Amino acid sequence: MAQIVLDRLAAQFRSGEILQTGSQHGDEWVRVRRDAWVAVATFLRDDPVTDMKMFIDLTAVDRFSTEPRFDVVVHLYSVSRKHRIRLYGGVPENDPTIDTLCPVWEGANWYEREAYDLYGVRFKGHPDLRRILMYPEFVGHPLRKDYPKEKRQPLVRRSQTDVGD
Amino acid sequence: MSATGHPPETRRVVLGYQDAEDLGAPDLPTEPVPLNMGPSHPAMHGTVRMVLEVEGERISSADIQIGYLHRCFEKESEYATWTQIFPYTDRLNYISPMLNNVGYAMAVEKLLGIDKTIPERAQFIRVIVGEVSRISDHLTCLGASAMELGAFTVFLYALKAREWLFELLEEVCGARLTSSYCRIGGVAYDLPAGFDEKLRDILARTRVVLSDIGKLLERNRIFRDRMDGIGIITQADALAYGITGPVGRSTGLAYDVRKDHPYLVYDRFDFDVPVGSVGDNFDRYAVRVEEMLQSMRILDQALAQIPAGPVVHMDPRISLPPKNETYNSIEAMIAHFKIIMDGIHVPPGEVYSYTEAGNGELGFYIVSDGTGRPWKCRVRPPCFPATAVLGKVLPGLFIADVVPTFGMINMIGGECDR
Amino acid sequence: MGLTTKLDAAVNWARKFSLFQYPFVTACCGMEFMSVAAPKYDIARFGAEFPRFSPRQADLLIIVGTITERQGPALRRIYEQMCEPKWVVAFGVCASTGGFYQNYSTMPGADQAIPVDVYIPGCPPRPEQVLDGLIMLQERIQRGEGHNQIVIANEKAAMNAQKLGIAYDVPATAIRPRIEASKG
Repeated sequence: MAQIVLDRLAAQFRSGEILQTGSQHGDEWVRVRRDAWVAVATFLRDDPVTDMKMFIDLTAVDRFSTEPRFDVVVHLYSVSRKHRIRLYGGVPENDPTIDTLCPVWEGANWYEREAYDLYGVRFKGHPDLRRILMYPEFVGHPLRKDYPKEKRQPLVRRSQTDVGD
Repeated sequence: MSATGHPPETRRVVLGYQDAEDLGAPDLPTEPVPLNMGPSHPAMHGTVRMVLEVEGERISSADIQIGYLHRCFEKESEYATWTQIFPYTDRLNYISPMLNNVGYAMAVEKLLGIDKTIPERAQFIRVIVGEVSRISDHLTCLGASAMELGAFTVFLYALKAREWLFELLEEVCGARLTSSYCRIGGVAYDLPAGFDEKLRDILARTRVVLSDIGKLLERNRIFRDRMDGIGIITQADALAYGITGPVGRSTGLAYDVRKDHPYLVYDRFDFDVPVGSVGDNFDRYAVRVEEMLQSMRILDQALAQIPAGPVVHMDPRISLPPKNETYNSIEAMIAHFKIIMDGIHVPPGEVYSYTEAGNGELGFYIVSDGTGRPWKCRVRPPCFPATAVLGKVLPGLFIADVVPTFGMINMIGGECDR
Repeated sequence: MGLTTKLDAAVNWARKFSLFQYPFVTACCGMEFMSVAAPKYDIARFGAEFPRFSPRQADLLIIVGTITERQGPALRRIYEQMCEPKWVVAFGVCASTGGFYQNYSTMPGADQAIPVDVYIPGCPPRPEQVLDGLIMLQERIQRGEGHNQIVIANEKAAMNAQKLGIAYDVPATAIRPRIEASKG
């Protein structure tokens, strides 16, 4: 469905920036080397054949037992050409950073804040990297596989001896 | 595609107010004041906190803080079986729960590889309940926003119509709001007898309600002054942020998943997609009203074309066996037991599936590791970028403009914060 | 609890039929709350019609929907700002016990932060269930058994006892406690 995108990427990036490509269930995907993240994204947005002007989604996946531990997953769409692509950027646990896509698509701002909040992936150059869904006093990154589901960090509790107030 | 909009010259006359500079008045000295709106505030659209910096009445910066309804959909999904996630999806965009159910079911079916073999009747039923849900979504949005502007009657009319739809959905699945109606491979139950006539009757009455609401609002000086030219989102922003749905279409971006990437049986229906031209609040209102009328068109055609047949893809590894077999044969009972306790075994893989929900492109990005529970089940919420763009749209507006702008974005806390 | 006089009964009767509600709406239950306020199920019949969107003007805090840990301090502050006597209704299972959300962000019930008088289960509760809960609350108000009413009655009794020089043991369950920020 979006084979043309994969072909354009293969033609443009020849020094190993594209680690792997594939197509599964009708979705085309590309695994990108971490240092070429912004370059590939900018090319996909500006190239007239791919024309990926619409930023759909950015999230992270905690693979937990494989290296690299985290995958930053980006979905892009082209309204004019009607094709989609998924980008994977592998982020290791000991250095969970990757470049920000905010200069390429403004909408990446909040999505990256969410990935930082819930997974702990830091985005280099992000204008305002702080928690978005959890409160600032929260410690830890809850969507990581090693964060227990029911570990609460309450901000306010009534004292245990009262019924009155 | 039909365009709604109004030429810029008439807008200026309708607006009426002029800035102090236009009137030749001297600038009054002001200093920036932080103003906190929320997280509990009368705009009953979910809970969000806006920390505004205002100078006089003009907003100079807006920090939108969400997360007050973060109910950990993704974390809960990792501990639930594939079918147990349906109630969680109901509570995402809780004013149109059927559309979320449909979106999630289609994502899992895509990963299972059965998306082309869902029975036709089930596909029609999904379209029908989805469009009914979409009408109820837009009615709630318009009703609540109009109430916030002072038009309480419009709210009562819209809720009256929504009540009919709720009762209809209650006959279908047993619950007025949180339906959990779809299943992997189809829907849970067939439509009840008499559904056809009831729905047609309700649609006729809802058209009357919509025309009443239009008469109250569309040429109303107060409503137009507060909505025209306010909160303009540009098409470039809609692309950069990924804003789709009525908000995206009001900017002129002609993208509707039902037309551009038809799924289920949407390609068999003849309907238009309204697209705005200016991107202001009134365009968003008009696009929603027009979308409701188009949804009713789809429903008329769907009711005429729906075939008879099974409502779920019968495969003992995926769908529950019929009850009489479960109670009478040991194989069916074991199949039932395995599906409930272990969950459906979805082959390992990743998929992104998208549908047109009430607010735009609702995406489900699912990662499966081959067991009965997902490794990751991410929702791509359509109102998340629309709320993000508010940080760019609000500065320069008056404090009072926040109310209609936020209302027309239709941010639903359950979906935005998940 | 003290004796209720005829005056108290009359005042409670007036209070129960003129509740000024503050709907603290967060989630899906808000939709059913709108339905309860709409013409078909009509909460106005019970006197609890118009929502007052300032806690200073409200006496009934209806917690509609899930309370997250992030929301806790805001909820607490709104409760403290309300004038007495005040009542709290937890609308929906999320506000009652956390619902089917058992995770790092959901407070397991609004009563972790503030005392609740009536719990209305349901996900979301049917409007008839809400009206039933409201009638239950009205009966409690009439009998003077809301949490806040008990606290006020005890404080009054303690003050009167002090004036008369009599010892009065305020029951431990009806003392107005200090609020501590949780260190958990």
